[in-house]
Amino acid sequence: MNTRVTVVEKIMDANDQVAVLIRDKLTAKRILAINLMASPGAGKTTFILRTIQELSSRFRIGVIEGDTAPVTIDADKITAAGMPAVQINTGGECHLDAMMMSRGIDQLPLDDLDLIIVENVGNLICPAAFNLGTHLNVLIASVPEGDDKPYKYPNIYRGLDVLVISKTDLLPYIKFNMEYFKQGVEILNPGLSTFALSAQTGDNFQNWINWLEKQIAILKQNG
Amino acid sequence: MHELAVTENILSIALKHAKQAQAVKVTDIYITIGQLSSVVDDSVQFHWDIMSEDTICSGAKLHFNRIPAEFFCTECQTKFNMDQVLAPCPNCGSIRVRIVAGEEFFLESIEVERKGDDSL
Repeated sequence: MNTRVTVVEKIMDANDQVAVLIRDKLTAKRILAINLMASPGAGKTTFILRTIQELSSRFRIGVIEGDTAPVTIDADKITAAGMPAVQINTGGECHLDAMMMSRGIDQLPLDDLDLIIVENVGNLICPAAFNLGTHLNVLIASVPEGDDKPYKYPNIYRGLDVLVISKTDLLPYIKFNMEYFKQGVEILNPGLSTFALSAQTGDNFQNWINWLEKQIAILKQNG
Repeated sequence: MHELAVTENILSIALKHAKQAQAVKVTDIYITIGQLSSVVDDSVQFHWDIMSEDTICSGAKLHFNRIPAEFFCTECQTKFNMDQVLAPCPNCGSIRVRIVAGEEFFLESIEVERKGDDSL
């Protein structure tokens, strides 16, 4: 005779609980943290380097680099740009989780930072399932990836606070239906803040920088 | 491939509740998954069989209750299910829709054997 035991517990709850602690800690220190997600090759590191370049005279920025393999290519580029970077090797896992994030922030000089940028593992599926305790989830969708991505990866678009449509300088050379792309985004995440830009040429990059500066200021004031 | 981490969580939640219920064996696990959660059943089952091996959950069967993605059109108040692909409201064509179901991902219940259950 078996007994049925009601559980009703969210399967990602253990991760979410750690994420809440991280966010509280960062908020108390008035550090804005952003979780930058994208597919491999979308230009995450280029985007981060340009963001650092634009903000480094006014803000102190730390970077956490998630990679599935123990290569420090990305972290080295950040360090060369003069900002503290921590490399987290996920050991083959396809995403960062809150525990890894916790180890990452412990290695950063938190008392000397205004902004933490987390470069998640290049992947449009798994990172969406793991809260990191950041304040904002950002996705970079580069136009060469195609206009069907919201339709194929609805989950990641659902959890976004900001969308960056990047590599817009390539639009003349590829087939990318912006209307179709934006329709998918609007269905999944109505009114999502969106920036279309090129980190390579700098086109419209300032809009993103202005917005980000505002978010840093808001957190500094209100916590 | 985040099914490994997901399976670890399922096992730890199941073991916690089995212990609270003073179970000697867990025979069934009921999981609710929305259509929009990106989790592959087969992969979870594969990891489960290996991971649960030396626990009281060993041999437990995983049951997946799939919840279809359901939308509500805020323009014409039509409720509709997502077919295969994300699409505007089939009634009025609006993209002003809300997702009302399909994002669930939780462990609903477990079935256990308790000490002395056999004598009942």
